[in-house]
Amino acid sequence: MKTHLLSVTATLALIAATAQAEEVRVYNWSDYIDEALLEKFEAETGLELIYDVFDSNEVLETKMLAGGSGYDVVVPSGTFLQRQIVAGAFQPLDMSKLPNAANLWDVIADRTAAYDPDNAYSINYMWGTTGLGVNEPKVKEILGDDAPVTSWSLIFDPANAEKLAACGIHMLDAPAEMIPAALNYLGLNPDSHDPDDIARAEEVLLPIRPYIQKFHSSEYINALANGDICVAVGWSGDVLQARDRAAEADNGVEVSYYAPDEGALMWFDQMAIPVDAPNPEGAHVFLNFIMDAQNMADASNYVYYANGNLASQPLLEEDVIGDPAIYPDEAAMASTYTTTPYPARVQRTVTRLWTKIKSGV
Amino acid sequence: MRRFALIAIPYFWLLALFLVPFLIVLKISLSDLALARPPYLPQWNFGDGWEALRAFFADLDMENFVFLSEDDLYWRAYISSLRIAVISTVITLLVGFPIAYGIARSPVEWRPTLLMLIILPFWTSFLIRVYAWMGILSKEGLLNQFLLWLGVIGEPLTILNTNTAVYIAIVYTYLPFMILPIYAALDRLDDSLLEAAEDLGCSRIQAFWLVTIPLARNGIIAGCFLVFIPAIGEVIIPSLMGGSGTLMIGKVLWEEFFSNRDWPVASAVAIILLLILIIPIILFQRNEQKQREAEG
Repeated sequence: MKTHLLSVTATLALIAATAQAEEVRVYNWSDYIDEALLEKFEAETGLELIYDVFDSNEVLETKMLAGGSGYDVVVPSGTFLQRQIVAGAFQPLDMSKLPNAANLWDVIADRTAAYDPDNAYSINYMWGTTGLGVNEPKVKEILGDDAPVTSWSLIFDPANAEKLAACGIHMLDAPAEMIPAALNYLGLNPDSHDPDDIARAEEVLLPIRPYIQKFHSSEYINALANGDICVAVGWSGDVLQARDRAAEADNGVEVSYYAPDEGALMWFDQMAIPVDAPNPEGAHVFLNFIMDAQNMADASNYVYYANGNLASQPLLEEDVIGDPAIYPDEAAMASTYTTTPYPARVQRTVTRLWTKIKSGV
Repeated sequence: MRRFALIAIPYFWLLALFLVPFLIVLKISLSDLALARPPYLPQWNFGDGWEALRAFFADLDMENFVFLSEDDLYWRAYISSLRIAVISTVITLLVGFPIAYGIARSPVEWRPTLLMLIILPFWTSFLIRVYAWMGILSKEGLLNQFLLWLGVIGEPLTILNTNTAVYIAIVYTYLPFMILPIYAALDRLDDSLLEAAEDLGCSRIQAFWLVTIPLARNGIIAGCFLVFIPAIGEVIIPSLMGGSGTLMIGKVLWEEFFSNRDWPVASAVAIILLLILIIPIILFQRNEQKQREAEG
C-alpha cells in the first residue's frame, strides 16, 4: 500500500513537472491580438498558452521589478523596456532559436535599438502613435465644420474643451505620453527631462482638467464606439478598433483617428523574456511563432496596429497597409517624436504633476 | 509547559504574520530608491552582521518620512481617507444596526435563513459586485433609467465617479461586517432584562437605550472597527467608482508603488498609515480596560 501511494505521488509530481514545462505564459496589452492566433499557436506547437492582459506599463513594470512574475513573454513599451533592461529584468534572446527574426523590418529595428541596443533583448511586436480619437459628426455639430480635429488644440485649447466637455473627453492615464504631448504643443522639446520644462505642461493640462471626464487607458475604446464620448486621447489602433466596433454595431457613430499636426508620439511595444521566466524555451517558440509573416499579418489585420515585420506587409489588408493612420507616409513619419525614460527623481516630478492634474491636489 | 505552548501559538501568529512583515516594510521604508530588481538599495542585509547593522543605524536618515511631510498631498490624502472611512462607518452602523436588531428579534426558525441572506453576496466575487454597482449607478445605468421612467428626475444623475458612489460601495461591501457582530451581541441578550426594565418603569424606548444598546456595545465597537479599518485603506472602490477628485491614501500608495516605482516612499506611507490606525486603537483599548477595572 505504501509503495503504491509513493508511486502515485511520484506520478503526480511527474505530471505536475511536465505540465509546468508545457506551459507558456504570455502577458500582453488588452485588445492586442487576434485570439484565433492563440489557438493556432497551441495547435501548432502543442504547448499550452496562458494569455493574460494588462493596460498600463506601470503595472507590468512593477511586476518585472518585483521579480517572480511567472510570465515567459511580456510586452513593455520602448522607454519602459529600456529602464527594465538596465534593472536586469530581461534575458538576452537566443537568436539561433528565432529564425523568423529575418522577417523583421530594419526601419523599425533601427528605431527600437535606441531603447534596446542591438535589439539584444526584445523584438518589436507592434508600434503606433498617440493621437486623437474623434467622433467627427458630433464634434462638428458642437464646434462647427472648421473644428480643429487634426490638432491638439481640439482639446488643449480650454475654449474647445469646455464646449466638448458635456459630450465627453477621455484622456489616457499615461503621464509619460500626455506630458510630452503638452510640451510638444507648447513648442518645447517633448522629451525634455528638465523639471522646469515639465512643470510648464501644467499650463496646458491644468486648465482643461475640469473638462476631462475620465483618465483611463482602455475604457475609451467602448466609450467612443458607443458614442458615450466625443473625443479620446488614445492609441492609434485602439481608436481604429473603436471605429470598427461602431461600424459593426451600426449605431450611427463615426469614429476617426488623427495623429495631430503638431507631431505625435511614436511608441514601440516590444516582446521580451523576463530573466526568471519559468519556460524560456517556450518563450522563444512563442516569439518565433509571432514573427511568422502570416501570423503577424493576421494580428495587425485584426488590431489595426502597424508591426515591425517587413515580410508580413504583402499579406496585410489594404485598409491596414494603405491607411496613413496606421502606416504613416514618410512626411508624417518625420513629424513623429520619441521619448526616453525619465530618471527616478524626474519621474517623481512627473507623477506628482500628473496627480495634480488628475485630482487637483 | 502545555500552557506555554498554548500561549506561544497566538504569539507566533502575531510574530510571523504581523511583526515580521512590518519590519520588512519598515526596512524598505528606510532604504533608497534604485534602478534595480527589486527597485531599492537595501542599506543593510540580514546576513551582514552587527557591524553593518551599527553602520546602518549610524547613517540612518529618515529622508522618505521627511519627504512625506514636505508635500501636502499625503496629509490631504490621509485626512480625506479618514473622513471617508468615518462617514462610511457611521452610515454602515445606521443601516446595519436595524437589520441586526430585526434579525435578532425575528422568530428563531427564520434566523438562519436571514443570516444566510446577509452572507450570500459574499459568494460572488467582490470585483464583480463592484462592477455591478458601476452598471447600476452609471449615467445610462439602471438607477437613472428607473428614476427617469418614474419622472422623479429630468436629467440623468451623475453618481458614478463621485464620492457618493464611493460611499455607496463601501457601505454595501462592508455591511455584513457590521451586521454580524451586532447580531451576535443582540442574540445573546437576555429578554428578561428588558422585561425587568419595563417592570421597573422604563418605556420600551428607554429600555432600548438603557439596556439593549449598552449590552450590544461590544458588538457595535467590533463592527465599527471591522468596517473602519479596511475602509480607510480601500483602493479598489475609490479607483473603480471614485472620480479623479477622490483622494484616498490607498490610491496614493498605489501611485507611489506603480507609477513612481518608489518602494521606499510607498513603504513609508504604509508605515504612517499603520501608526494612524494602531495608535488610536491601542489608546481606545487602554481606556476600555481602565473602565472595566474601575467597574470591577
